[in-house]
Amino acid sequence: MMAPAIVAEAVVNGLLTGAVYALVALGLTLIYGVLHIINFAHGALLTCAMFAVWALDWAFGVDPYVAVVLLVPCAFVIGYALQRFVIGPASGGRDGNVLLVTLGLAIVIQNGLLAAFNADTRSLTRDGAFDVVAVGPMLLSAPRLVGFGVAAVVAGLLWAMLAHTDTGRAIRAVAREDLGARLVGIDVPHIFGVTFGIGCACLAIAAGLLMPSYTVNPRAGEAFVLIAFTAVVLGGMGSVPGAVLGALLIGVVESLSGLFLGDSLGQVGVFVLFIVVLLVRPTGMFGARA
Amino acid sequence: MRNTGMRLGWALLLVLAATPLLLPSNALLNFGVGVLIAALAAQGWNIIGGLGGQLSFGHAAFYGTGAYCAALLQLRFGWNAFAAAGAGVVAGATLGAAVGAVVFRAGLRGSYFALVTLAIAEVLRILANAAPATGGAAGLLLPLDARPVNFQFASRAAFYAVALACVGVALAITAWITRTRFGAQLAAVRENEDAARALGIDAFGIKVRAMTVSAGITAAAGVLYLQYYLYIDSSIAYGTSVSVSALLAPVIGGIGTVLGPVLGAVALEGLGTLTRLVAGSRAGVDQVLFGVLLIAAIAFVPGGLVGRRGRP
Repeated sequence: MMAPAIVAEAVVNGLLTGAVYALVALGLTLIYGVLHIINFAHGALLTCAMFAVWALDWAFGVDPYVAVVLLVPCAFVIGYALQRFVIGPASGGRDGNVLLVTLGLAIVIQNGLLAAFNADTRSLTRDGAFDVVAVGPMLLSAPRLVGFGVAAVVAGLLWAMLAHTDTGRAIRAVAREDLGARLVGIDVPHIFGVTFGIGCACLAIAAGLLMPSYTVNPRAGEAFVLIAFTAVVLGGMGSVPGAVLGALLIGVVESLSGLFLGDSLGQVGVFVLFIVVLLVRPTGMFGARA
Repeated sequence: MRNTGMRLGWALLLVLAATPLLLPSNALLNFGVGVLIAALAAQGWNIIGGLGGQLSFGHAAFYGTGAYCAALLQLRFGWNAFAAAGAGVVAGATLGAAVGAVVFRAGLRGSYFALVTLAIAEVLRILANAAPATGGAAGLLLPLDARPVNFQFASRAAFYAVALACVGVALAITAWITRTRFGAQLAAVRENEDAARALGIDAFGIKVRAMTVSAGITAAAGVLYLQYYLYIDSSIAYGTSVSVSALLAPVIGGIGTVLGPVLGAVALEGLGTLTRLVAGSRAGVDQVLFGVLLIAAIAFVPGGLVGRRGRP
């Protein structure tokens, strides 16, 4: 039996990691909730953002947290353009086609990165990945503590934006009923683009928060996005609070199963949880009927 | 339009199929076997994905199970290669039936179906990579003993002919399904599942049967891969690229058509080889091209090379 202190530390570390997962999951759930599509390119886009953070550090010595400020607007514009000019027109709005188009995008981005950077794993050149902060009796990773704080602020801002701004109201209207939204004069393709852009901006923030303590290779995003998919399904597809809670829960589950079962089986645990949730309760904890 | 395309496709295929036998060079035969294995996996995918409209993102689960089952029976239990190959196909089909039964019973369609199949293939990949019984990360190597009784042939042309026969059988199965009541019910489920059920069609049973046939054919492709290269590991057998290529060929060639998966496999393998000739050994370039092709095909020729135009 493990000492309670070790278990408590694993739980807190799981929550810290879960907060960054939540950022990845937020983008995914927002895109699902509004566009009703599963964005298979989410992982590849996250990898892309992680490479951008790495490249800014490697070429110009830009701090990853500063890089976030630079990358968020770029990511928003790229996401908007992808939805507006690639995914939307190419799929003609049909669900099966959207799946295949985003899968195609994922293949292009992932292998483009592979061709450009080859399969090597890279990390930031700066120190600090292993900095720890003592909180009471626990030692917590400093980059993850920062990640938790930023993720909480971003989730709060996103919620406030959805709840209180005109754009947020338009997004919620389109999510509820896009034909109705069109009838009251909302530019639905524009809102689709904005939503996709916000999803990508969340990824850019997540990338900046992940890079100080993780490494990147052309397939790095996949693992995070699978976790994010699980979080989103667990919380209920399209639900914002559900995605955050789901991600925190998975962070804890992963941290604990890593502690008790070892790393390679912990990985299977997330997949199995994912399949079981899909089979047993595909609507998740907060989701509407699938 | 469709008839001309079909006839041209058949003619082209017959010529292509005969070429490696008439001009037997190792490079050509290798390429031909690669195309045929890819085509067979794609033909399997096409049964549930094309005829049934359930887009699987995890057909590697069946490909890999066929290959691993055939390899393990030969290596650990000393089975004859043909018996092991048959068992591999049955194992793949059984897994297909089980996955179909569970997933379709839970009512998963569309994106959910794609996600859950993807996750199942990944679980199998991680397990095959970690478990000592499957050779772990080192994979499984069949001993070289090139006698026909071992399903190994000294001449590549012989193996090519066997693979060609397998693709022919899969073509016949697909063509047969499209002509039967089962095929008509499958098409009805694809076009509108709720309407099909209102007409009294057992949508669940139809989809599970289609999944079983689909998985069996794709498992046969995995078995062929094993018998040709005599080596598999977790990412060759269960890797995402297997699932993607099984899906890509029918989408490019003509989703839900008899010939589409084969034409798509020829086009993709040909393009892949050409890219490698031009771009050298740089990894990823051919895949980038495939991805672009996938998006372009959906945007501009949604029916594929030989498909019906303007189908929803």
